[in-house]
Amino acid sequence: MLTGARAHWLGCAPEGKLRVYFANHTSNLDFVVLWAAMPRHIRAVTRPVAAHDYWTASPLRLALAQRVFKAVLIERKRVTRANNPMEPMLAALRAGQSLIIFPEGGRMDGDGIGEFRGGLYHLAKEGLELEFIPAYIENLNRVMPKGEVLPIPILCSVTFGPPLKIGADEGKPAFLARARGALLELSKR
Amino acid sequence: MKFDAQMECLLGGVLALLIVASITGWILKGALRGEAAQKLVANLNARINAWWIMAAVFGAALAAGRTASVVMFGFVSFLALREFITITPTRRHDHRALFWAFFVVLPYQYWLVAANWYGMFAICIPVYAYLLIPIRNAIAGDTERFLERTSKIQWGLMVCVYFVSYAPALLDLQIPSYENQNAKLLFFLVFVVQISDVLQYVWGKCCGRRPIAPHVSPNKTVEGFAGGGLSAVAAGAALWWITPFNPWQAAAMSAVIVLMGFFGGLVMSAIKRDRGVKDYGEMIPGHGGIMDRIDSLCFAAPVFFHLTRYFFTR
Repeated sequence: MLTGARAHWLGCAPEGKLRVYFANHTSNLDFVVLWAAMPRHIRAVTRPVAAHDYWTASPLRLALAQRVFKAVLIERKRVTRANNPMEPMLAALRAGQSLIIFPEGGRMDGDGIGEFRGGLYHLAKEGLELEFIPAYIENLNRVMPKGEVLPIPILCSVTFGPPLKIGADEGKPAFLARARGALLELSKR
Repeated sequence: MKFDAQMECLLGGVLALLIVASITGWILKGALRGEAAQKLVANLNARINAWWIMAAVFGAALAAGRTASVVMFGFVSFLALREFITITPTRRHDHRALFWAFFVVLPYQYWLVAANWYGMFAICIPVYAYLLIPIRNAIAGDTERFLERTSKIQWGLMVCVYFVSYAPALLDLQIPSYENQNAKLLFFLVFVVQISDVLQYVWGKCCGRRPIAPHVSPNKTVEGFAGGGLSAVAAGAALWWITPFNPWQAAAMSAVIVLMGFFGGLVMSAIKRDRGVKDYGEMIPGHGGIMDRIDSLCFAAPVFFHLTRYFFTR
């Protein structure tokens, strides 16, 4: 109703393969819109990865994250060996669930795409049969910019690009730059 | 509003037109060969199918009465404004002003129509909303491209909300010896606007050669405008019996509607070219967005309203 979200599957089809969707993060509504862009059977096996500190800050948020979004909560600030953020993500992937991650590590202010954090690379290095799908979310930051509570109606779209795989000897900076480039490419069309 | 025999007759006529259009589309689909022709026919048939839905929505709103018609046009305004703002780049600090535009100004304008408060209806957006938007934006404190951003929101409100709201406002005009028949006046406006678009499209596709404004809208041709416009005026004049006008007056009114509708399409196309998009949206298959369908109505409705109000009401 507010966003009239449209999905464009450009480089891949909505299939049930094991996938990591990575998207630009501009709004708290991001993964709701990503979910809405997916067919029901894909949605059922796809879980968003979200920040532990934000989503456990109040009981309401926690209930939303656990019951409604079935989010994989990871630590993004005080990372120790005991709460290694990779573990919950890998556990979900091994259980056959695809993930949605926002590799910028937080909501961005404007339209640009921030630098990627390393998680994508570490997931790629695990040797699972994974496809990395760039998903560019357009306009959603205008519906509800960071710091605003009231949404306004603006048409949004989600564009899914062609899948990426890590090269055999591709290093961390190279892979992250390639992934970010794929997302930027989608944003320009 | 109770439907009289004339109104039933009109809706029957629209139904007949749609059936003829669908059959024609179906015949063309079988008759034409070649990829380009098939693509054109596919678009034509998508348009015809969308017409069925649009006619059904409009007919149902008219049948359900005055309030339903006002609500329907309010909803159309909402969708149009959403498309308009989507293609217009706004900045983060416009957020609150936009919130006012969507959720305060728009509903209030349609409430004024429903409440039949003409004095306020006519000035609410051109005076009060016009002042409110820059004030809210100034408080937000972002001065970059301030004038441009503010005017975009003001334009959106004028075109998508204010002008469109003149259509349901026709229902409240007090025209001597035409009491309780205003639904037919609204039908007249919408029918002439839309049939003019359709006929200009058909004439343009059949014998359009010389484009009128190639940079703004390559599909608008002299032949399409002349042929389609004149046939639409003839169609409007032939409907004089449902209006408070005599045949000549109906023809003149139709001519004004056709002309303003044409200019509306031209101006709204210029905005699209400026923004580098082909359509305002993808909501109506074959047509584009809702704004692509009502651009002519936006410009024709206020002029038709004021001419009727000036010359024909008490």
